[in-house]
Amino acid sequence: MSGKAQTIEKVREFTDEKYKFGFVTDIETESAPKGLSEDIVRFISAKKDEPEWLLESRLKAYRHWLTMPDPEWQKPNFPPIDYQGSYYYSAPKSVGDGPQSLDEVDPEILKTYEKLGIPLFEQERLSGIPIAVDAVFDSVSVATTFKAKLEESGVIFCPISEAIQRCPELVKKYMGSVVPYTDNKHACLNSAVFTDGSFVYIPKGVKCPMELSTYFRINAENTGQFERTLIIAEEGSYVSYLEGCTAPMRDENQLHAAIVELITMDDAEIKYSTVQNWYPGDAEGKGGIYNFVTKRGLCKGKNSKISWTQVETGSAITWKYPSCILQGDNSVGEFYSIAITNNYQQADTGTKMIHLGKNTTSRIISKGISAGKSDQMYRGLVRMGPKAVGARNYTQCDSLLVGDQCGAHTVPYIETKNKSAVVEHEATTSKINEEQLFYLRQRGIPTEKAIALVVNGFCREVLQQLPMEFAVEAQKLVEISLEGSVG
Amino acid sequence: MVMQMNATQPFVDQFDDVQSRLPGSKLPWLEAFRKAGIEKFSTIGVPTIKTEAWKYTRLPNIDCKEFRSANWENGQVAVNAVAEFLSDALNQIRLVYVNGIIRPDLSNLTNLPDGISFEPLTQALESDPEFIESQLCTEELKYDQGFSALNAAMMESGTIFRVAKGVQVKEPIEIVHMNGVADAPIIGHPHNVFVLEAGSQATLVMRHAGIGTSAYFNNAVTEIVVGDSAILKHYTLQTDCMEAIHLSTVNVRVGKDATYETFNFAIGGRLSRTETRVRLEGRGAHCNLSGAYMMRGREHCDNITIVDHLVPDTTAREVFKGVLDDEARGVFQGKLIVHKYAQRTNGHQLSRALLLSDRAEMDAKPELEIYADDVKCSHGATTGQIDENALFYLRSRGVPEALARNLLIQSFIAEALEEISDEKVREAIAGLVVHWLPADCFSVDEWVQA
Repeated sequence: MSGKAQTIEKVREFTDEKYKFGFVTDIETESAPKGLSEDIVRFISAKKDEPEWLLESRLKAYRHWLTMPDPEWQKPNFPPIDYQGSYYYSAPKSVGDGPQSLDEVDPEILKTYEKLGIPLFEQERLSGIPIAVDAVFDSVSVATTFKAKLEESGVIFCPISEAIQRCPELVKKYMGSVVPYTDNKHACLNSAVFTDGSFVYIPKGVKCPMELSTYFRINAENTGQFERTLIIAEEGSYVSYLEGCTAPMRDENQLHAAIVELITMDDAEIKYSTVQNWYPGDAEGKGGIYNFVTKRGLCKGKNSKISWTQVETGSAITWKYPSCILQGDNSVGEFYSIAITNNYQQADTGTKMIHLGKNTTSRIISKGISAGKSDQMYRGLVRMGPKAVGARNYTQCDSLLVGDQCGAHTVPYIETKNKSAVVEHEATTSKINEEQLFYLRQRGIPTEKAIALVVNGFCREVLQQLPMEFAVEAQKLVEISLEGSVG
Repeated sequence: MVMQMNATQPFVDQFDDVQSRLPGSKLPWLEAFRKAGIEKFSTIGVPTIKTEAWKYTRLPNIDCKEFRSANWENGQVAVNAVAEFLSDALNQIRLVYVNGIIRPDLSNLTNLPDGISFEPLTQALESDPEFIESQLCTEELKYDQGFSALNAAMMESGTIFRVAKGVQVKEPIEIVHMNGVADAPIIGHPHNVFVLEAGSQATLVMRHAGIGTSAYFNNAVTEIVVGDSAILKHYTLQTDCMEAIHLSTVNVRVGKDATYETFNFAIGGRLSRTETRVRLEGRGAHCNLSGAYMMRGREHCDNITIVDHLVPDTTAREVFKGVLDDEARGVFQGKLIVHKYAQRTNGHQLSRALLLSDRAEMDAKPELEIYADDVKCSHGATTGQIDENALFYLRSRGVPEALARNLLIQSFIAEALEEISDEKVREAIAGLVVHWLPADCFSVDEWVQA
């Protein structure tokens, strides 16, 4: 079979491959009435028994949201979102009001997470590395593991609704400080109707004893998920946080509009990794999640560091730019990304590195692989402020195209306002190098393996940034996607 | 929105004012063309920073009422000679315009080879209106930018250059614009049409010189067709004065196995903006869009390139380098679009800027938009200051610091100049680079002798 015919064959195979997380958990849920209004905002707030200030801030965001037009500058095409057609709150009935102990979690939910390969009991995973999990099911957090153990070292890891009750002053101080509700339309919506998400607080000088992770699962029909994550790393602390996402196969498009805010003080470091595998829609482009997320980190202190790593394989549309504001002198921002799109998936993703402090450095490595009829865009901003003396940036974004029906685009914005800043940007777009393939095949490696090798090499720089626990999962995901899409 | 309306209306008023006096006013097709232009302009309006292509370039707050279209007297100011640009230019073929008005006494067409027509738009509208109509009037007005639509409405000068099938001219031909010597600010909308028929070759040098101190606003549109297997080398030199606003839109269509090479060298201008759009329409079409800019004071230089790879086997290359001192600002926005089925496209784009001052600013947006898989496309963009190690190296060998800096700037720009395939033009531009460098130090020769 010729190389091209093989490619087409492989793409077809992949197209036929089923999304293996597409099952639905049959569980009784409690929902807010369909649609969006001030009453819904009040309903959510009341459900969570929130303090007055939070309700006020939600309503303020909601009123502002009403005045905001839908953004139009993005590359992905999609029909206008029917904001009134979704449920903004949906929770398994058994959860009741507020978090509970693990023993009380509905066995159906436990089974769901088990099926997804996520342990909701405090076992040790993967050759003895323990990992703490916060599981968010539709609008609520259903379980958080290893809470007690973490608290021994002073780390707070809990659903954000619990944090609002337990440490309101921290939440009040930092929530919305990195992503204000006025930032963009989807962030504004989130600020009004967010339901749950994770809260992490690492006290001064503490190195978090284990990996923290949150698994997001959308289950209910016609439901949007609006979670909110806030991570605060005090002076000299360190935390590595992972997030994973899956959803059932449904014909309608579901909106996932989250906000993630990270804050690092002097000498602190946050490593944030995402393996995003929301339902991508079927081969005809029907259904799938709209993943419109606002993620931003603030390197507030000196010598602090924020590192984003993302493996994006799911969602009908991925539209997000995990960013770093490098305010503290000598702070470091990193962005490592692999995005794989197939069929009719669309992705418009990238990062923003805003250099404000002296000697701040940032590094962007982005690898995009488009197959089928998908369309992918890297969009990034590197801004060197007038006071960012000695700042450095290095950007590399490479795209790999598989088949002649897909698209790959690169739009970097590079703004330099001071002479001592050094900015380097490189981008390439190509198909798999025939010579490399030939070389490998000549040495007796079958075509498919050879491609796997080349592509693995293409993604390697990003894959090796993932914590070991996730690297295994991500590599598997990349393999599945590539097995079917390249030939 | 109100601001934009306010900026747009005076231009429309001006059109109503001068409409009847514009050249070719007796030609019904031209009248219709102008009308379509002004309607389009009224709808689109003057660009604001919300217009993506003008994201980093703010149009200076000019009072368009102060700017008048040039009249015959404006062209007759005392200019007696044209400074030579090319070293051995004898009997240089050229058309010369002063304040936008053709000056036959300074122009020279005596050696014009057979098969070439080279004349001002005003004249061509009398002698060969059908040709201009065939070039301008496509099914609908194609201009989608405010100022190019305004040019369609207001065009009153420009040059028509036409090379017949198979005719090859080696010697560069010049178009010289001298501006800034009027007693009031002048606005001009030159419209150029360059057509190279199949198998022909030519080299065009366009010089825009600010020779006085008065303000002027130049809004040019150039339409270029490079026929199959033809080669056009098109070099632009902008030595505009500090009060000049120079906007230029160049639309190029490149045929099968044809080559379009352009180099835009800019030193000066309050605002100098060149937007080059190339459509590679035939297999084997190639373009090289490069340039260099050296800006100081509060000058602003904006280079925009859009290359459409429409068919398989086309190539594009771009190298832009800029030096920015004081509060100068440089902008580069480049876009390579590889259309579906345009396989085996090869595209390369590079933008590099050297900042000499802390108040200088560089904004770059190199874009790739790709819909075919068998392509090799890349872009690179860098910004930085003079390499301290290189400076140290030169100083450690006894080169005075100011001279060492000048040498490093010169060598930085030299990389872009290598894109110019015409040796004479390259040398002449290299001379302008040296001329721009800060002069408060020895030259290399003086230093060697000292």
